[in-house]
Amino acid sequence: MSDIADRVRKIVVEHLNVDAEKVTEKASFIDDLGADSLDQVELVMAFEEEFSVEIPDDAAEQIQTFGDAVTFLQKAVG
Amino acid sequence: MFDLSGKKALVTGASGGIGREIAKALAAAGATVALSGTRVGALEDTASAIGKECPILPCNLSNLDEVDRLVPAAEDALGGLDILVNNAGMTRDNLFMRMKNEEWDEVLAVNLTAAFHLSRACLRGMMKRRFGRIIGISSVVGVMGNPGQGNYAASKAGLIGMSKALAHEVASRNITVNTVAPGFIGSAMTDELNEKQRQDIMSTIPAGRLGTAEEVAGCVVFLASDAAGYVTGHTLNVNGGMAMI
Repeated sequence: MSDIADRVRKIVVEHLNVDAEKVTEKASFIDDLGADSLDQVELVMAFEEEFSVEIPDDAAEQIQTFGDAVTFLQKAVG
Repeated sequence: MFDLSGKKALVTGASGGIGREIAKALAAAGATVALSGTRVGALEDTASAIGKECPILPCNLSNLDEVDRLVPAAEDALGGLDILVNNAGMTRDNLFMRMKNEEWDEVLAVNLTAAFHLSRACLRGMMKRRFGRIIGISSVVGVMGNPGQGNYAASKAGLIGMSKALAHEVASRNITVNTVAPGFIGSAMTDELNEKQRQDIMSTIPAGRLGTAEEVAGCVVFLASDAAGYVTGHTLNVNGGMAMI
């Protein structure tokens, strides 16, 4: 995990207002970090902007945990 | 409290009577207003009546490619979008039994589907800025029904339902979604009524007169303003008392 993970964590911490230690690989945005479905949409929007990528809806639906987001973005950014 | 200084608005159907007054009223309250419609000449007339810089964004709302370009164009021209007024509307009246598929489709496309596309398109920016006002111009017909207007009534009722659903979703982001439901307003549309129809209508309006476009526009300014910050999912009836609902 890397620079990408750090950037993703920063967005999650800021957006969901949670402690950085809680943002672990398996942490689910909704079940563990208190996000609602609209927060999840906003997180995806924030990821798209931070990394200048397009995240299609079907991919966005698969991003449930912090680890999912990092994995997806590592692939997308290359 | 009703000051809209610094706010950026897009009004569809800004070439028509009610749309023009809405655009003028928003501009008078301080907003910068982008004008959309099909008739460029009429939009230019609206712009000169406003007397301030107004981006003119022609758009045929029955063409979804054009619809999907409108909000990005408005955001480019204005530097963001705080207020969307889905005002554009059309009628293709016919008795239900005679109504053609095209008459149904065309009215639903312009009055409802375009409003869906435009509302969806402006949400991203509004969510990021944590401010937004989406205002749909519905109609008393959407609530009460009217013979010969199955398509129009469906589209206007649809606008109310759509706005309520969206209001639920985005209320926590300081975005309000409301509709204004005018009754009979003096306009090109009501000019087409014959004398008998006009008299029948008057007998149902406690106020005893048609409403004015300015009276609709004032309600839009209210809903767009900070004064209405806690009003969402609402339908504001502007009908001289003909339907107290």
